[in-house]
Amino acid sequence: MNSRKNSVDRIALPGRRKITDLVVRTLCLVATLLALVPLLSLLQFVIVRGAGGLSWDLLTQLPRPVGEPGGGMANAIVGTLVLVGLASCVGIPLGITTGIYLAEYGHTRTARVVRFSADVLSGVPSIIVGMFVYGLMVVTMKRFSAVAGGVALAILMLPTVARSTEELLKLVPTSLREAALALGVPRWRATLRVVLRTAAPGIATGVMLAVARAAGETAPLLFTALNSRFWPTSLDRPIASLPVQIFTYAISPYEEWHRQAWAAALVLVALVLILNVAARFFVRHRTDAR
Amino acid sequence: MMKATESFVPTAEKGRVVTIAERESAILPAEKIRSVDLRASFGATEVLKGITLPILERQVTAIIGPSGCGKSTFVRCLNRMHETAHRATVAGRVLLDGRDIYRAGIDPVAIRRRVGMVFQKPNPFPTMSIAENVLAGLSLTGERIPHRMELVEKALRQAALWDEVKDILPRSGASLSGGQQQRLCIARALALDPEVLLMDEPCSALDPIATARIEELIHELGDHVTIVIVTHNMQQAGRVADHTAFLYMGELVEYGPTDRVFTRPAEQRTEDYITGRFG
Repeated sequence: MNSRKNSVDRIALPGRRKITDLVVRTLCLVATLLALVPLLSLLQFVIVRGAGGLSWDLLTQLPRPVGEPGGGMANAIVGTLVLVGLASCVGIPLGITTGIYLAEYGHTRTARVVRFSADVLSGVPSIIVGMFVYGLMVVTMKRFSAVAGGVALAILMLPTVARSTEELLKLVPTSLREAALALGVPRWRATLRVVLRTAAPGIATGVMLAVARAAGETAPLLFTALNSRFWPTSLDRPIASLPVQIFTYAISPYEEWHRQAWAAALVLVALVLILNVAARFFVRHRTDAR
Repeated sequence: MMKATESFVPTAEKGRVVTIAERESAILPAEKIRSVDLRASFGATEVLKGITLPILERQVTAIIGPSGCGKSTFVRCLNRMHETAHRATVAGRVLLDGRDIYRAGIDPVAIRRRVGMVFQKPNPFPTMSIAENVLAGLSLTGERIPHRMELVEKALRQAALWDEVKDILPRSGASLSGGQQQRLCIARALALDPEVLLMDEPCSALDPIATARIEELIHELGDHVTIVIVTHNMQQAGRVADHTAFLYMGELVEYGPTDRVFTRPAEQRTEDYITGRFG
């Protein structure tokens, strides 16, 4: 089938067009490979350097003081999950509802202001967001806390979730919305049960991108969640997280900590990947089942 | 314009006193809908420029006219769908059983319940199965549906689709062919037991065989439901409609029994359009 199509091409295309086609196709292929190089080499680098430090202890033990061999960063893994969970609880619902508002009432002046603000917010450096939350929560509560870290990450997620939700809702054909309205379905129900439902898989992808980005943020956490050497006990205490732990260990002078930092980097990448795959699987499953 | 108003009474009855007894014995079907000086706009552009037109009960009324004449806008005003578009406005009145559907305090949602609609392009809900699509009007409004399967079968039979899909009801509505999808959309509208069914060029995306099936269906439904069908296919209007209205540039040019409009049009513009001189 394929070879037949190719032979037809070869007969039909004059020489010049054939060459142009080949050149452009090759260029596209080369560009694609070039774009993949950083991603693949990064993964390779992290795996090669991190795999050595990976151990059961790393995933289950608390950090040990300098000089004592072994120990792990289980508290940082839990901490990252807690922080991302907190951020998601605030950022995802807020972002999705904002996206719905922008898509449904996008012509109003308020919507234009909101959209512009979201775009500005997504351009704000994450360390500035960290400083803002420091002033807002850490100073007033008089302590670094997991909640403050969660809020900082939520603010970073918000514009991504809102704008991707808006764009995906706009992609849902008007005909589906009209079909629901013409059946005597009130507008809010049509939006939730038909439009949002149809766009759900795409929105989930946008949300996952935001979550993945939040999971890897370091700068805003330095000012808010700080770090901790112990298991998280309360949300109004400082909490450890993988990125901050990686940062702390990587700038330390100790060989053992460097090894652990690489291993932690691998864990973080794996964590984001697992979250991503799980979310995709969940959404596809739910959409098919219905 | 005056011509159109005069021929509101089917010509066979013209010049004869219609007795109350005759009216009551339904020689003249009652008016289900009447638009009165209906005007509709998108922003500053007026698309309908004062349409006064009756729609008779349990009859099929065809709206014909060239592209952009306002046919679709007209039917979308009859179930308050026009106003859902951006910057769309309506003025004038639409009487449904003698009561204006645009008067204050009327819930458009309730009107759309009574006046169903089928669109140009089949638009089943892709996330729902065939059965769920049929019940969508009820399930999406959160109503409890007591006899689900009975209702699904009844609506699909009415839409002449039951025999083709009875074994694949859990499959996605989007997996059907275009013609089947359109009949699914008709079944979805009929499941709400509407008093009026608006059809906006329901066959324009379909092949001749699927078109013939839908036309047959319109014939059968016409005995129970009031149907308004927009079409730019004049043969189709001739085949399915009891009455035909010709719209041109947002105005009603002529209205009357279909055979009269097609064989003895009273207006030059109608004749020109029907004979294919423009449009």
